[in-house]
Amino acid sequence: MAFSAADLTAILLTLRLATTVTVILLLIGTPIAWWLARTRSWFKGPVGALVALPLVLPPTVLGFYLLIALGPNGPIGQFTAALGLGTLPFTYWGLVVGSVFYSLPFVVQPLQNVFESIGERPLEVAATLRAGPWDRFFSVVLPMAKPGYLTATVLGFAHTVGEFGVVLMIGGNIPGQTRVVSVQIYDHVEALDYGQAHWLAAAMLLFSFLVLLLVYGARGKSQASAMRYGA
Amino acid sequence: MIEAATPGIVAKFCHTFGAELRRSFSLDVELQLPSSGITAVFGESGSGKTTLLRCIAGLQRVQRGNLSIRDDIWQNEQTFIPTHARPLGFVFQESSLFPHLSAFGNLHYAMKRADGGVTQQEFDRIVALMGIEELSNHYPDQLSGGEKQRVAIARALLIKPRLLLMDEPLASLDLARKQEILPYLETLREEIELPILYITHSIGEVARLANYLVVMEQGRVVAQGDLADVLSRVDLPVRLGEDSGVVVQATVVERDSQWNLLRAEFPGGELWIPDGGDALDEKIRIRILARDVSLALQSHDDSSIVNRLQAEVVEIKDDVDGAMALVKLRIDSTLLLARISRRSVHHISINPGSRVWAQIKSVAIQR
Repeated sequence: MAFSAADLTAILLTLRLATTVTVILLLIGTPIAWWLARTRSWFKGPVGALVALPLVLPPTVLGFYLLIALGPNGPIGQFTAALGLGTLPFTYWGLVVGSVFYSLPFVVQPLQNVFESIGERPLEVAATLRAGPWDRFFSVVLPMAKPGYLTATVLGFAHTVGEFGVVLMIGGNIPGQTRVVSVQIYDHVEALDYGQAHWLAAAMLLFSFLVLLLVYGARGKSQASAMRYGA
Repeated sequence: MIEAATPGIVAKFCHTFGAELRRSFSLDVELQLPSSGITAVFGESGSGKTTLLRCIAGLQRVQRGNLSIRDDIWQNEQTFIPTHARPLGFVFQESSLFPHLSAFGNLHYAMKRADGGVTQQEFDRIVALMGIEELSNHYPDQLSGGEKQRVAIARALLIKPRLLLMDEPLASLDLARKQEILPYLETLREEIELPILYITHSIGEVARLANYLVVMEQGRVVAQGDLADVLSRVDLPVRLGEDSGVVVQATVVERDSQWNLLRAEFPGGELWIPDGGDALDEKIRIRILARDVSLALQSHDDSSIVNRLQAEVVEIKDDVDGAMALVKLRIDSTLLLARISRRSVHHISINPGSRVWAQIKSVAIQR
């Protein structure tokens, strides 16, 4: 076996983290994207920019602010401490929170694009067919937005797997807790253990390539412009 | 013929759209529509007819609106029933089928949500009425424009509406597809007990389908009433120009195979029309354009004109262009329009009440 026990722990942790984060992102990303796609509010610009920030910000900057906010003196840290949850930095759940922010645009933007491309008309049609607001969302919007959800899921998952800077800032390097694959590779290189680093790095490379192949392959099949992400 | 005296639908809307923009549009209408048959809402694009339909459907919300369908109030000062709670069917101008569902999937979408459900018999009847039995498993992108609209109409019927709204359902189709759908709409008018509001900018569709006519211009209703009454108004044809004319509803009573003609009876007279293969006893609509009717004081047997009818002058109005005049004629209960020069009016000196012979140069069954 090419992977050490520590490598396998890191891989499993990474997959668990990415799955959790993707589920959370789909749940909170849907209403945000829906609102962004349909609002005519003045807030649309600022909120859209805020969501897109992780695309351009160095992960260390994002991680730094999260560290402050979640830490014992930060507003969120004091809140979680008051609830008896302790503080989140350097825990698995702290990493989840950081990753949600970090990968947010990769889920929101494909969803927003697909919602915009569906437009108003199918919803009006459904309304004239006696479908109420929730019914319209589940019977018309969700099925029509399928390609957007596929892109959002894949990109959200893959981007979380690939994060490094945010993890270092708020997660640290605790085996089984916060030591994900990217950090594990960094450790191997630090220890000049290039052989082990090669195995993990190649696995990541293959994984990333397959993920993008899946996304672009799906794009070929559906003409939906749901694949446009980024600014 | 539909009695205009039994209004089933009362609609009043008054609203200015885009008041903050320089190009604002005001809708100010008051309608009393019959509770059965096809009511055509006719007007140029930009006259506000689609906006009116959207207001009736509740897709567009205006502050000052009153809308009731028989005894149900859909909108007034206190109430606004949202679209999905209104028992209406809506056929949009362009194809509005859900792309992720098959043709019958689209129909089932409506059936599942219809008031009181839809029996297999009702489903079969509507599918047969629209002639879409063969399309069951096809997806919208595999259907022609005409087929899509027929499925869309069937879907709107399966919701069991109490009012069917159609927003230029033929406008996005080419001539051949229009001809394909029109017979289905006629069947609909005859077979289904349901008031239909039909938006169009085609006077041909009005002549063929409508029982009742509303004419709109710049957000206002300029005329509403029975089809024959509105089409024979001498103050309206300004808006129709060369297309001014009436529609006479008649019954085929005789076929003259030698000359390839049909004799059609209408209240007050009869007309010989080119034989288009219509069966005896069939009810037909004959369109008579004002420019095809000339007037004479005596019956000229030596003329080439086949159709000569004795009529009474009801009203004379000068046309806007100055040279022509429109004359409204009555033959028993049937009204006709004739477009002749003002000099002719003077020359044969006719006035309201005069007896004249109307010579009809050409008639055609409306198709």
